[in-house]
Amino acid sequence: MAAKSSGQLPVAKAINESLRASLEADPKVLVMGEDVGKLGGVFRVTDGLQKDFGEDRVIDTPLAESGIVGTAIGLALRGYRPVVEIQFDGFVFPAYDQIVTQLAKMHARALGKVKMPVVIRIPYGGGIGAVEHHSESPEALFAHVAGLKCVSPSNANDAYWMMRQAIESDDPVIFFEPKRRYWDKGVVDTSAIPAPLHEAHVARPGTDLTLAAYGPMVKTCLEAAAAAEEEGRSLEVVDLRSMSPIDFDTVQRSVEKTGRLVVVHEAPVFYGSGAEIAARITERCFYHLESPVLRVGGFHAPYPPARLEEEYLPGLDRVLDAVDRSLAY
Amino acid sequence: MTVESTAARGTSRSSSGKRTAAAKTAAKKAPAKKSASRAKRGSAPAQPELVQLLTPEGERVEHPDYAIDLKPEELRGLYRDMVLTRRFDSEATSLQRQGELGLWASLLGQEAAQIGSGRALRDDDYVFPTYREHGVAWCKGVDPANLLGMFRGVNNGGWDPNSNNFHLYTIVIGSQALHATGYAMGVTKDGADSAVVAYFGDGASSQGDVAEAFTFAAVYNAPVVFFCQNNQWAISEPTEKQSRVPIYQRAAGFGFPGVRVDGNDVLAVLAVTRAALEHARSGQGPMLVEAFTYRMGAHTTSDDPTRYRADDERVAWEAKDPILRLRTYLENEGLADEAFFAGLEKESEELGVSVREKIRTMPDPDTMAIFENVYADGHALIDEERAQFAEYLASFADADETAGTAGRGH
Ligand SMILES: Cc1ncc(C[n+]2csc(CCOP(=O)(O)OP(=O)(O)O)c2C)c(N)n1
Ligand SMILES: [Mg+2]
Repeated sequence: MAAKSSGQLPVAKAINESLRASLEADPKVLVMGEDVGKLGGVFRVTDGLQKDFGEDRVIDTPLAESGIVGTAIGLALRGYRPVVEIQFDGFVFPAYDQIVTQLAKMHARALGKVKMPVVIRIPYGGGIGAVEHHSESPEALFAHVAGLKCVSPSNANDAYWMMRQAIESDDPVIFFEPKRRYWDKGVVDTSAIPAPLHEAHVARPGTDLTLAAYGPMVKTCLEAAAAAEEEGRSLEVVDLRSMSPIDFDTVQRSVEKTGRLVVVHEAPVFYGSGAEIAARITERCFYHLESPVLRVGGFHAPYPPARLEEEYLPGLDRVLDAVDRSLAY
Repeated sequence: MTVESTAARGTSRSSSGKRTAAAKTAAKKAPAKKSASRAKRGSAPAQPELVQLLTPEGERVEHPDYAIDLKPEELRGLYRDMVLTRRFDSEATSLQRQGELGLWASLLGQEAAQIGSGRALRDDDYVFPTYREHGVAWCKGVDPANLLGMFRGVNNGGWDPNSNNFHLYTIVIGSQALHATGYAMGVTKDGADSAVVAYFGDGASSQGDVAEAFTFAAVYNAPVVFFCQNNQWAISEPTEKQSRVPIYQRAAGFGFPGVRVDGNDVLAVLAVTRAALEHARSGQGPMLVEAFTYRMGAHTTSDDPTRYRADDERVAWEAKDPILRLRTYLENEGLADEAFFAGLEKESEELGVSVREKIRTMPDPDTMAIFENVYADGHALIDEERAQFAEYLASFADADETAGTAGRGH
């Protein structure tokens, strides 16, 4: 087992340790992508891996995302378990064809005879003041596709374990890494028995209203819940962790208790995962709901230039505004 | 002639002051035919020739296929362009360090590749750049301050591409090669004799979009010049990670000529690009120019090249500096006097001051700009979201007035 200690690790380092442990545990695991070798990735998530596992297993690829994912599919057909890195959210689209038309459908087309244990790591989301194509949240474009699984950890411990589980999964997993949380530290317990990959987690219990989020917005929701507490409101925060499948049972249990739900994500709300959650929870909890399910997220506009992202991104105020509106019903 | 391998990575280099007539490049008449046989795995093919008209030592040499005859003021003009471009670039790098820009992609070392090709263009020629073509933008008359907006984070583009026939910077690697090709197809349909230049990097040469652009350009005989600045690196990956053959040789497989030019020799780049543009204009279709150069700085201000490349490589390329060699030539031939250099120094200072001034007074966009220009014909949802957001923001103003409390930060 690689990860030696259960100390405090930043999210990026937790993923690094997870990749290391996976490379050690299974010789079929490969890491591939642009600049993942010597540089260790632009976020250093693969730092030191090529040095320790060699160029055959930690592979600097040509600059071609369709090539990266397409060859990962071929490697998977040959029995490997590729973990590919897409450098930034906005650069996954050259690979979108391979992901949607090939990766997602291969298992079904082969009557279940072949497996596609491919993990596609995508640092996603905003908040780092980057130029365009470096701050997007395209998860709905993948969650919408049958055959793919989509997850996003919100903290270091989940980052470690969810990556290990994603690599062990025989299905393709799009692993959305909340890039603005890469440097947030948390305790990583490498000896714990992790929760199932697609299970949601109640990150903070409460009674008045449920906030559901994943990835970078979990922290925002926890902060909102703390702020609301000062105003005498008890918010429950559900960390969904997985956007496909979604653990509706956990959300349902929470909403049956609180009667109110606000879903928060950075991605645009129009056709976003919040829409799916709102619909399902309304179907499941209609008689428990005290107010309509509300969504907080991005607008139907391109991700704005960095100087506007603070206003664009859902923050404490936007979340609490939705909480106010929900409670006002 | 200096044949430069991608250095420090094992292959041999040679350097000599003269070239032979046998060293013809593949351009025009003879698209590289034999290239493929050279690429046998494990063999160490001789490095291909590159067109050079001015040696690193500042000596004029001739090339059988590419001649150039410039007046002294034209030579001084190229020198001025390169000096001012470098000045602008270094100013931008400092502005990033001072927090005025979020990011900067420096062109340091690539001035000759950009000025040489940029000065070969006519006004009606259209350029599709990457994110590093500050020198080409200069040649096309784009206000340098405009280039900074995107890097400062006040816009996602920032200029009207049609006002200078200089398209927006494109960050998604390789995309613009197809746009350039399509634009060139349109030029042909219009019966015009303009040409189009698609700039891209060595790394970009791996992208499917670039290969598809080659295909389309060849099939439609589009008047497009594919101008690849091989600066030896795609972030941390050396060119060998992208290609087993020299990039210019790829053109042969698509059925159009490719040529490698010394990208640090502004005269050679100018001559070769002129020829390539003429090739396009005269109905002969696309051509690939590989400008062999070097990214002297980091990939961007976010990058730390010490993690992946040795300093001696950089030092070796310093000796081939594009500006220095032209200066040596101008001085040795008595083509520019002290007053010229002093005047340029002053102009360079003034450019620095004006760029700093412009960036520091560049206003932040209005919040509501988020909703602007998303559609040409409008969209009901945007109208709704804009109104809701305006109301939401106004609620803070009301709260501020009544309770005197500030918002909690969005
Ligand atoms: C489709 C896509 N993938 C990845 C990136 C991230 N990226 C930005 S620049 C770059 C390297 C580009 O190298 P090259 O084409 O040689 O141009 P250079 O930066 O050297 O000018 C990479 C991988 C991107 N911008 N777009
Ligand atoms: Mg390059």
